Amino acid sequence: MDPAYALLLQGLYKRYRNGVEALKGIDLAVRPGDFFGLLGPNGAGKSTAIGIISSLVRKTAGRVEIFGYDLDREPWLAKSQLGLVPQEFNFNGFETVEQIVVNQGGFYGVDRRTAKQRAERYLKELSLWDKRSQPARTLSGGMKRRLMIARALVHEPRLLILDEPTAGVDIELRRSMWDFLRELNAGGTTIILTTHYLEEAETLCRNIAIIDDGRIIEHTSVKALLRKLSTHGFILDISGAGPELPPLPVHQAVRLDDNTLQIEITAEQNLTEVFAALARAGIQVLSMKNTANRLEELFVRMLESGSGSKREQAQ
Amino acid sequence: MTSTRQQWQTNLVSLKTIAYKEIRRFLRIWQQTLLPPAITMTLYLIIFGSLIGARIGEMGGHSYIEFIVPGVIMIAVITNSYANVVSSFFSAKFQRFIEEILVSPTPNLVILLGYLAGGFARGLLVGAIVLAISLLFTELRIHNPWITASIVLLTSLLFALGGFINAIFARTYDDISIIPTFVLTPLTYLGGVFYSIHLLPPFWQKVSLINPILYLVNAFRYGILGHSDINIGIAYTVALAFIALLGSIAMLLLRLGTGLRS
Repeated sequence: MDPAYALLLQGLYKRYRNGVEALKGIDLAVRPGDFFGLLGPNGAGKSTAIGIISSLVRKTAGRVEIFGYDLDREPWLAKSQLGLVPQEFNFNGFETVEQIVVNQGGFYGVDRRTAKQRAERYLKELSLWDKRSQPARTLSGGMKRRLMIARALVHEPRLLILDEPTAGVDIELRRSMWDFLRELNAGGTTIILTTHYLEEAETLCRNIAIIDDGRIIEHTSVKALLRKLSTHGFILDISGAGPELPPLPVHQAVRLDDNTLQIEITAEQNLTEVFAALARAGIQVLSMKNTANRLEELFVRMLESGSGSKREQAQ
Repeated sequence: MTSTRQQWQTNLVSLKTIAYKEIRRFLRIWQQTLLPPAITMTLYLIIFGSLIGARIGEMGGHSYIEFIVPGVIMIAVITNSYANVVSSFFSAKFQRFIEEILVSPTPNLVILLGYLAGGFARGLLVGAIVLAISLLFTELRIHNPWITASIVLLTSLLFALGGFINAIFARTYDDISIIPTFVLTPLTYLGGVFYSIHLLPPFWQKVSLINPILYLVNAFRYGILGHSDINIGIAYTVALAFIALLGSIAMLLLRLGTGLRS
């Protein structure tokens, strides 16, 4: 029987030797097959949590279960389920691209022949096959990130954790990595992603958790989270508008310049009525875009309210 | 449920991978790992063995060059077994690619054995190179091949373990040269490589007996020449006791994650 959770964290607590409490007892459950986002500002505890899950950081207290295997009691089975793409490059730059991937298979018990076949498959899928004989240090930043993804997949883990996989990667490459990860997830691999690009989380993830100051402050689906937004903002490129705008059925409207209008509408209002009001005044809408990433907006608000409540407690 | 046999097979593949990676590493940079000890030891044999040795005469019933060859081979084995593990494991730690192994299910014992295999292979290979070079200077008939082989294997293992522990504690590249420079080199040179301890005054003979390398060099010399300043049984006891001690320390440090896991 398949376990209920791909990853289960219970009361995870970490205090470093210098006294810093990086995690203050977090609980987290990720279902098999999920595409999960772990978000939070720098220093919130995301990397510590990933470090503990991947056995690179020792926890002070709590429990980690990967696909039903307890990391303390069944480390061999628990670790076999997990693939990690870390934030920092952590391979031997003097080894070739292919050696790095094949050796990683070996550390997981994959025989050399199978590891070579899988290395070929993943390096081809990630457009690195023609670089296979090059020392890894000669690759560009984007190629190094893709190499770490190929390396994490060679033992075909059921759970893949990616810590800021698209940091510093250009937009075209980022989109192709998204496609690759989506395909991987569709094939059954559970994916947990940390990212600073909230557009990335909104586009890819079904569920998310937000960590702040060592605590989980939100753990829900992206859809449910976005429903919490009371208003949506848009920027309209307009033409034919005089100095005065007609009354518009919006929560707020700001004229940024002669041809640009920023509006905010509530859940009860709709864009059709706004467009109709503009059309009646002889104003045409040429194009339109969101004012900001919606998740980003919500994220900032949540962190602000979190730090606000902390300040109140301190007083 | 995964069987124990499957786990053993996985661990065996992992061990072979680490050992293969380690051996490949020192072979790839042979100009830094194999050539320098060959040149240094050749110079020892030319200067101390042929040039100065010819004027020294016999030592322990053997020509001086015959007397020093086993010790010179042991210097090569000791320094290279140690250097390989300390530099390789520290580099892996410093550049963080040790994490490739730490995130995997590879048990601590397999990590240790894999790195020891690298040190072991380099120590024995350099030892074999120095032995081959020494045959250009003198004829050697192995007195007891079992003692010769077992002592060189134990010595290589012992110093590879020492290198591993040094690498765990090291924080900078300077830290991996402190022990070889200030501990290993003096102990090796004072370990009866170039002289018989019977040449020393009684007090210094007794002081020499606290140097473990003295036992290893003499046991190896016994294996090759049939001559030793000390009891061979004590040499085996010393080697095995130190291997057990350093092996336990290395496993404890790995279990605690010292220098590896925050």
